This record gives sequence, C-alpha cells and structure tokens, in this order.
Amino acid sequence: MSLLSVEELSVTFTARGRKDATAVDGVSFEVDQGQVVGLVGESGCGKSVTSLALMGLLPRKGVRVGGRAEFDGQNLLTMNERKLRDLRGSQLAMIFQDPLSSLNPVVPIGIQVTEILQRHRGLKGEKARKEAASLLDRVGIPDPDRRLKEYPHQLSGGMRQRALIAMAVACAPRLLIADEPTTALDVTIQAQILELLKELVDQEGTALLMITHDLGVVAGLCDEVNVLYAGRAVESAGRRELFAHPTHPYAHGLLGSIPRLDAPRGEPLHPIRGSINDKIAWADGCAFAPRCDHYTMECLTGTPELTEPRTAGHQVRCVNPVLPKAEVPA
Amino acid sequence: MSLLELDGVKVHFPVKKGLLFDRTVGHVYAVDGVSLSVEAGQTYGLVGESGCGKTTLGRAVLRLNDITEGGVVFDGTDLAKLPSEEMRAFRRRLQMVFQDPLGSLNPRQNIESILAEGMAAHGIGKDAAERRKKIEDILAKVGLPSNAMSRYPHEFSGGQRQRIGIARALVLEPDVIICDEPVSALDVSVQAQVINLLEELQESLGLTYLVIAHDLAVVRHISDVIGVMYLGGLVEEAPSDALYAGPRHPYTKALMSAVPVPDPEVEDRRERILLHGDLPSPANPPAGCRFHTRCPWVQETKCATERPPLLDTGDGHKVACHFTAEIEAGTVKQTLATGIEAVIGTETVAAEAVETAEAEAPAEKPAEDEAPAEEPAKAEAPAEEPATVPAQADADATEQTEDSPKA
Repeated sequence: MSLLSVEELSVTFTARGRKDATAVDGVSFEVDQGQVVGLVGESGCGKSVTSLALMGLLPRKGVRVGGRAEFDGQNLLTMNERKLRDLRGSQLAMIFQDPLSSLNPVVPIGIQVTEILQRHRGLKGEKARKEAASLLDRVGIPDPDRRLKEYPHQLSGGMRQRALIAMAVACAPRLLIADEPTTALDVTIQAQILELLKELVDQEGTALLMITHDLGVVAGLCDEVNVLYAGRAVESAGRRELFAHPTHPYAHGLLGSIPRLDAPRGEPLHPIRGSINDKIAWADGCAFAPRCDHYTMECLTGTPELTEPRTAGHQVRCVNPVLPKAEVPA
Repeated sequence: MSLLELDGVKVHFPVKKGLLFDRTVGHVYAVDGVSLSVEAGQTYGLVGESGCGKTTLGRAVLRLNDITEGGVVFDGTDLAKLPSEEMRAFRRRLQMVFQDPLGSLNPRQNIESILAEGMAAHGIGKDAAERRKKIEDILAKVGLPSNAMSRYPHEFSGGQRQRIGIARALVLEPDVIICDEPVSALDVSVQAQVINLLEELQESLGLTYLVIAHDLAVVRHISDVIGVMYLGGLVEEAPSDALYAGPRHPYTKALMSAVPVPDPEVEDRRERILLHGDLPSPANPPAGCRFHTRCPWVQETKCATERPPLLDTGDGHKVACHFTAEIEAGTVKQTLATGIEAVIGTETVAAEAVETAEAEAPAEKPAEDEAPAEEPAKAEAPAEEPATVPAQADADATEQTEDSPKA
C-alpha cells in the first residue's frame, strides 16, 4: 500500500457566467515511502493545482474537486479542515516556488519556524528556538542563531528557499510536496537545493512529490515520472525508461525541444508546434492532437486510455505512440 | 575589425542616502570593466547568474544605462561619447528584444501601431501604406498571421508575443540585435520555436546577435562565442565548443556541472562541483579575484589581492584566473580541503575540516558567513558542501561531463 495514492483527481474552477475551467482532469499516481515522484509539464498542465488540491489549499468556493487522494489510508479530499490542519505541517509538508512570497515579510524567520514547532510539536520558548536553530543548521544556513532574528528580505534567494525547506521538514513529514522548488534560483544554487532534497529523501525516507517543468531536474532526481498535459497524465514511467524511450508524442517532443549542454553545436531543435492554447477537451479526444505530428483520425474519437505499449509499468495515453523505430532524440 | 567592440566598459550605479541632500554613499559596481568584441554575422552569448551584470551590460551598449567609463565602438563610432540626439539615430541599427514579452509591449496599441511607431521615428517607409506592407513582410518572416496587425498584445500567447518583440526589432533593419533573456519566460516547447526562429533570421538576414541569458544550454546552442560573467566582469570567453569541451575558469566549471541535463545516464554519472554561499553583493565586491570567496581552488597568494586580467590561453580561449595552468595541470589542488589540514594539524574528516575552517577564517567568505569561531559544534553537522569531495573527484567530474555520449 502506497503512502499516497491519487486516483482520478480532478479540479474544476467554476465561476458564474463563465464556462467551467478544468485544470486537472483525472490524474492518478502513487508515491511510496522514500520515493521521489515527479509531475512534469509546461505551464497550464495542472501540476501546481494538483499539489494545492492534495494539500487542501484550494479555495472552498468556486472549485469542484473530484476523485480520491488517500494518504496513509485517509482521503485527503474529504477530510475535515481541523484534521487536515493537524496533518499539514506535520505529516504533509510543502515547499513553494517563490520563497519570498511564501514567507511572511514582517515576521522574523525565527518566529516563522518556531510557529510550526509550537503548533505541531508543542515546543516552547528556548527549546523551540534551539530546535529552530538546529533545523536551519541542518539545511545548510550558516550562523543560524543570527539568521533566526532576521527578516526574509535580509536573506538571499537560496537561503530563503533553505529556510522554507527547514520549515517543511521541521516535523519530519512523511510526504513532502515540492512545487518548482528551484525555478526561481540560479543554477549553482539550484544544485545546492537539489542536493539537499536528495539527502532528505535518502536519510529520512521522506516521500517526495516533485513538481517541475524542468526535465533536467527530473532526470537527476525522480524515480518515477508523470508527464502531464492539459490536466492529464499522458505518460508515466521510471525515469530511465522515460528518458530512453519517450513514447507519447508530447514527451518525445518535449525532449526534442530542449537545448542540451552536451549536444554538439548546430544540431537543430525540434520544437512542438503551436502552444498550449491549441487544445481540445479530453472528452472529445486527445488534447494534444492539434499539436501532434503523429495524430490520426482515431485521436479525435474520445479520450485515449492509458496503455502499456512497450513495457510493463510504462504507461502511455496515446493511440498512435512513438515506438522504438524512431530514434531517441538527442 | 569587429562590428561591435566593448572596451573596459564600466557601469556603476550610485547609492544615495539623505533626505535633503543626496549624498552618494557608495556604488553598485554592476559592470566593472568588460571588454569584448562581437563579429558581424555572429552570435555572442553572455551568460551568468542573476546579479552578475549581464543585463546592465546589454542595456549599456544601447546607452539605456549611462556608461561610467569605457568605450562601446560600433562600426567605428564610439557610442559611449555620442550626444544623445546622435545616439538615437544609431539605435535603429542596434535593436533589443526584451525578456518579458508582455511587459515590453504597450497593451493599448495594436501590433501594427507598435511596429509602425519605430519606423516612423526613424523615417523608414514614405507613408503608412508602405510601412504596412513592410510590416506584413516582417510578420510573415517571424511566423505570425497577417491578421495579427489589428490585434492587441493580450490576444497572443507568450511565444507569439516574443515573435512580435522580434518583429519590432526587425522592422528597423538593424545590424545588431541584443536579446535579453529572449526565451526564459517561455515554456520549453515554445522556447525551441523561438530559438529556431532567431537562428533562421540570422541566416537569412545576416544579423549579429548579442544574446544575454542565464541558461547555459540555450546560450551554448545558439552562440558562436560565449562570455561568462561573474559579479560585473568576464571570467572566461571562448568559442562555444571550446568552452563546453574544456571550461578553464573554476566558476565556469562549477556552472557547467550544475546545469541539469535531461538524461538520467548523464545525471547519474557526473559529480557536481557545488559552490558554497551566494553571490557577494556587487555594492561591495570582494577584493582581488571576484570569485575567490567561493572558489574551490582558491590560493593563499594573489587570489584575494590581485584581480586577474582576462588573458588568452590559446585558440581564443580567454580566462581570468591566476592559476589556470596550474589547475589544468593538477598541481594546484582544491585548497579548501588541503589548506585546512594545515590549520587543524591532525587527521580530520574533510567534511569537518571545511566547516571548522569556515568558522575560523571568516574573511574567506562573504558577509553571510561571519560565523563566530566559538561554535566548534558546527563541525558535526553533515557538510553538504562539495569542497569536501577530494580534488581528484571534481577533476573527474568535469571530464565525465565532457565525455558524455552525444547520442
């Protein structure tokens, strides 16, 4: 039994006088203890909304959430607010993309970190402060005692993200959701943060749900990868399998359109045409069909099912997948 | 003679303080002595992390920032000394494409009006009809439908907006286009479209690009020559392939090893050179080599006192490091590991050594690390700093990245 198992999660935003907007349209995946699972996709694919839905952070009004998300046997989506609050921060924790706007700018770091320790671990006063300092130290913030008294704007971007990670791991959560944790950071700082996350998973056995648009980050970190497009997983596989044999035309195209540092110069990129706006509803067919080079008439006859055209455990939602005869794009 | 030549360009922003009288209390040394030359028809890529001054440098070329010192020679004319009226005329030949395609287009102007504005200002085309025809041509070139002319920026997707930004530069028939992070706001699939477009346009129109970006892979893909900036200065400059095959400056090595490659095989095999700490403030840059506070190979002599010049080490590969040859030859090891043994004098695990050394020698690191030496307990913490990896491993790491399969 997995720690987190998400089944057919869907999120629809509703507003009076407007058409409903479905951001997540049936996403299923599982995360095990000590495993890193990636949700990858471009903007608008529903990856962030998925994480917010899991954490119960979507607004109550104007949102319809469907499906199941079982964390340790309990459905997160139907749990009452009080119970969820106990879970959040202690067993479930989240790291957000923008560390500056997810920290309170008028409260010193120290108070923000000790707040969690008080709420979930009942630590008070000097004890909480000591624990907070050791947390900051653990995530590699030098001179933690001084940093605790400082405000978020006094820290650099990398350091803020470290502080957020310290807060997230304060109660040794069993599941950590990281939503684009390194997107706002420079590559050298990104490398530091990824290293830190890896350490947490290795040492503590924390399960990590990694949400990112960067396939490079996924390649180095994730065990299992789900590629999302327009609110649905179009391909999911182990990372080696996925990168060696991207089978859905979207995943294939995505890999072909990234300039690689180790590719010889002059090799042309193979972009996917159009943009995310050119999509059709999953109910009518494959949302990717309008941009796809592989599409057939069959693509427009209803939602394609997840199948395993290559190997077991490598699921693809496509009626005409890219099979091995095609070269793996460099 | 290169088309565009920068000679010791400095851009310093004064830091003001005071209520009644603006006293200048210091300077932000955003760009501090950069010399480079861009050949006609080529692409010069400028990479560096945020705060390294790459954008300021790009803007300085167009005199969108005042140049404190130095010269920008474009086609034989020193732009830095031109009166602003004459500079305006030169801007037709030097155009810029900005990072944020929505923020750089006026939301209340339709596309035709946006594109025609510059043409009218520079006297291109006799009348509206002629301009309109030209705009149609250019829109087709950048891959936009001709009905785009009467539409407004918000009606387009991010990639299309960036195409409009490129079209706006192109209608003036420039010689040089300065692209400031042209694709960083775009999704990867769209990013590739814009990169390809830039390359096609260069080929068909013979454009010269100065591309400013933080993404090393993008820059490597489109540039002929790459300059790596760190804290206001160039630390390394080389032809794209040479830089990738053998980065020589410690900062470039670290930067290259930090870029994630979308291939698990490569990712698993390579070792990263992790830098510790953050970029020091450009308002108070470290003396000597700007990078010495974070450099894994920092030496006792010279590094902290003498700023290394950008010297040619052969084949147009220029490096600003005192110890390029020694690092290459392996005679200079990573000091953070070796230097510390001397401090402690006993056999200690490298990890502990590094932490202790940091505490004992605060001067070695920027302000954030003024760790009081009275915290020996710190040494117990698991050091995630890379400098703990023996020098050998790091050298191997770079090797590995180079040898990675080009499949």
